[in-house]
Amino acid sequence: MNGHILPVRVYVTVFAALLALLAGTIMAVYVNLGGFNTVVSLTIAVAKALLVILFFMHVRFSGRLVWIYVGVGFFWLAILLALSMSDFLTRARVPYAGG
Amino acid sequence: MDETTTAVAHQFDDAAQQHEASTLGMWVFLATEIMFFGGVIMGYTAYRALHAGAFEAASRHLDIVLGSLNTAVLLTSSLTMALAVRSAQVGKRTSIVVFLVLTMLLGVAFLGIKGIEYHQKFVDHLVPGVGFSFSVRYARDAEMFFYLYFVMTGLHALHMIAGVAVVGAMAVKAARGRFTPGYYTPLEMTGLYWHFVDIVWIFLFPLLYLVGNRV
Repeated sequence: MNGHILPVRVYVTVFAALLALLAGTIMAVYVNLGGFNTVVSLTIAVAKALLVILFFMHVRFSGRLVWIYVGVGFFWLAILLALSMSDFLTRARVPYAGG
Repeated sequence: MDETTTAVAHQFDDAAQQHEASTLGMWVFLATEIMFFGGVIMGYTAYRALHAGAFEAASRHLDIVLGSLNTAVLLTSSLTMALAVRSAQVGKRTSIVVFLVLTMLLGVAFLGIKGIEYHQKFVDHLVPGVGFSFSVRYARDAEMFFYLYFVMTGLHALHMIAGVAVVGAMAVKAARGRFTPGYYTPLEMTGLYWHFVDIVWIFLFPLLYLVGNRV
């Protein structure tokens, strides 16, 4: 129907890549990278999510309309995080000086 | 091709259009799920930004071995789920059922390991509430971390339970021969849901278990 049958090899390769990324993120937590520990662990998480979305969920082989629907979900999440954090991170921490 | 299972509903031009409508509808649902988990991830982000030290100290009390094992279990279940859908595409009825049962077993294993972890948190007095106990310096904000931990993993576990039930229903349908290479949309949509729940965990794992470092 959708006509896109991937060889088993593709799924196994993606799975192996996911396990390798998992091993990488576990090893990274035992290295002190300062603030970059978070950057590394979240970058690896995004890479794993992309592999699952593109191959296991077949988005790589889906039409443009599906891409847009997938994208807006994460775009809305980005709006939620960006706008809220622009508030939380910029609230002036000054003592109340009113009368 | 089985005529009864490939029937196109009257509002669609053809099977391809019907299939695309199902896929888009499922992704709209998943977008609402992203926002559902997004709310609690937003709360987590705000508290972690304000109390980074407490969150790192609290995170070290999570069992990284069990957490990593559970991540591997869930990634494996996504592989078996993807292979179940592929088996439907190539018309192997028995292997659809086998892969779906494997997916369920891995899902149940995940929940079992999660249960062991929850039990350990009760033993260690790390469950928010009257019994909560943590080093005085970080106690208040560490309690917030564990509150978020239980809400985030709890909501995820509820999604896993629902997923196991739906995968079970698909296994029954598959065993009855309801899926053919011409029509397996419900199985495919179930796969999208299962993979989505996997993706939620892919983010929960670093957010909860990998805060800062464990040097």
